[in-house]
Amino acid sequence: MAPYESDDNTGAPEADELPTGRRKAARYAVPVAVVGLAAATIGLVPALADSGDPDLPKITAQQLIEKIAKSDVEQLSGTVRINTDLGLPNLGGLESGLVSGATRSGDGSSADPTAKLTELVSGSHTLRVATDGPDRQKLSLIESAAEYSLIHNGKDVWGYDSKSNEVYHGTAEEAGKDHRGQEPPATPKDFADEALKSVDDTTSVTVDGTAHVAGRDAYKLLIKPKQSGTTVGAISIAVDAKTGMPLKFTLTPAAGGAAVFDTGFTQVTFAKPAASTFDFTPPKGAKVTEEGDASKAPGSDKGLPKAGDDLGAGLGESFGKDFGKGTDGSDGFKVLGKGWNSIATFDTGSEGGIPSGAGAGGGDLGGFLGSLGDKVSGKFGKGTVFSTRLINALITDDGKVYVGAVTKNALVEAANAAK
Amino acid sequence: MSRAETPMRQAGAEPPEVAAPGAVRAPSPLWTFGLLRNELVTTFRRWRTLALLGVLAAVPVLVGIAVKIETRDGSSAGGGGGAGPAFIAQITNNGLFLVFTALAATLPFFLPMAIGVVAGDAIAGEANAGTLRYLLVAPAGRSRLLLTKYATVMAFCLVATLVVAVAALIMGALLFPLGELTTISGTRISFADGLGRALLIALVVAASLTGIAALGLFISTLTNSGIAAMATTVGLLITVQILDQIPQLHALQPYFFSHYWLSFADLMREPVYWDNLVNNLGLQALYAGVFGSAAWARFTTRDVTA
Repeated sequence: MAPYESDDNTGAPEADELPTGRRKAARYAVPVAVVGLAAATIGLVPALADSGDPDLPKITAQQLIEKIAKSDVEQLSGTVRINTDLGLPNLGGLESGLVSGATRSGDGSSADPTAKLTELVSGSHTLRVATDGPDRQKLSLIESAAEYSLIHNGKDVWGYDSKSNEVYHGTAEEAGKDHRGQEPPATPKDFADEALKSVDDTTSVTVDGTAHVAGRDAYKLLIKPKQSGTTVGAISIAVDAKTGMPLKFTLTPAAGGAAVFDTGFTQVTFAKPAASTFDFTPPKGAKVTEEGDASKAPGSDKGLPKAGDDLGAGLGESFGKDFGKGTDGSDGFKVLGKGWNSIATFDTGSEGGIPSGAGAGGGDLGGFLGSLGDKVSGKFGKGTVFSTRLINALITDDGKVYVGAVTKNALVEAANAAK
Repeated sequence: MSRAETPMRQAGAEPPEVAAPGAVRAPSPLWTFGLLRNELVTTFRRWRTLALLGVLAAVPVLVGIAVKIETRDGSSAGGGGGAGPAFIAQITNNGLFLVFTALAATLPFFLPMAIGVVAGDAIAGEANAGTLRYLLVAPAGRSRLLLTKYATVMAFCLVATLVVAVAALIMGALLFPLGELTTISGTRISFADGLGRALLIALVVAASLTGIAALGLFISTLTNSGIAAMATTVGLLITVQILDQIPQLHALQPYFFSHYWLSFADLMREPVYWDNLVNNLGLQALYAGVFGSAAWARFTTRDVTA
């Protein structure tokens, strides 16, 4: 700022005698300079922070996979960012309205983990995770001015939705053998484990250099399908060099473009989280829904643990693998083909009907997908193909469904072959 | 702008002495505080300012009474579906949440509108009433006068926020129980800790308004009509709020001054989630820097005729 004595004191007449045009221009340069400086900072800081890939000792893919398997991180807390871009139309608030609307009629608690975490299937979300051994975990979904927390402490499982001040309570035993069974996969580790389980001769696994993830040095493991016909381009997993903990998981489609699915830590520490993190007592006046009540509630035709499995399968489906595995026990399921080109098929029995569980984006979107399909025909007859950037589904007019992370043509061929 | 304000303005100012041509007189540093005090007294004594503060204080009172009536039969506030302003569902467990609800309810419109009125009036109002040249006759210098005006608007930001917070705290204490509270992450904190966070939140909310304060001050230097400056500032506020809701503009939205306003709620998480808070404060500093310096460039070079 210029000293006021010299030229600000416009009470003094001589100030007006200065060449005002140049003075004006000089002064207006200040806000312009501030804007420029800010733009430069916003543009340059990420570029400077990205100070090249770290130098780490060479490692083979086999060693890296073993490192992941041996990883015994018991305690951590961090922030996870999840981006899902299945290429579904952006429904924005409408979609969450649908989801919560569906839940409301079902069991009446917005703190129900199944309903809440279905939201993760599309869009961009920030989660916080904290883990202290197998008995204590916390997963929080950060929302605008609200938060949804799923807390597992000993045998209690609490869901707390701060927006509606509702509490969901279940016990770990009831929910299945293990809390993990109920909690859908969210952290990069969950996905990495699934992806590595499916590594076989149809897959190439390589180490693809190093990277910085959440301020830590990491190796990048690249998993690529060898077959053609699948929509999966590659899966990249960043593995912490010290602990062997997967820090980032990215799935890119074969067609190119932005990642279909991307989850990674933006911040992580491997220190023991404060014990109070896992303490939860329902606040006074909060509505508490017990797990048993919820599944008995009128209109709820699907039990919670099962719904949880569906969701887990839905997300697991994102790998294009394990589809059959994830839905073991469901009636009428068959898996055609192998490896990345597996196509799941089942008969809905209802002619022309669009089954609610078929869409990759979750059952509640089934109706929407119905208006988005392409008509196809072949030896099998006629049908409709619903495509996303990853999962394609063919629903024939006689009620058969073929789903897989494969191209449209592969689906039609599979349907023709099955006929 | 009423004529009656003119004598008050002059009564507080130093005797208007015109600096002799060529003479450079350095006023004592205390003079700035005198000017600031004078400016503060003028602003806060206006009926308009008091009416704005009254409206702001009424919001938490109304919210508190509405929630009390709605939950009399034990049902949860906001229809149980998470509708309404943030935190409204928690008010019944703890009156302290009324502070957060009231701030969340007033921050999108009432608070910035009040700031827009005061900031828009700062320079243009003086020009409109014909008092600006008298102010400039005093050897304060235009930069110093502008800084004083900005400081006054900032003080109003803080006072307005605290009025909302204190009214909400009193209302919350009267109508609802106080005590240990549950953060939105589900952990419990003591009431003292909660009060500390409420104060911190009030400060963050006040800081969130510095961007629109600088914008209003800049607009105020552009015109000689106080009403036009206020209307433009409030109009811009509404426009930006609407644009912030349009999904197609998501690439621009992080640069709207109102985009991170609700991030104050992140202080109620455990642990506190700093990312958006830092974004918010950085963005407000950027707006204050850009429009503050633009206001300075305009005000120190323009012809003051009124």
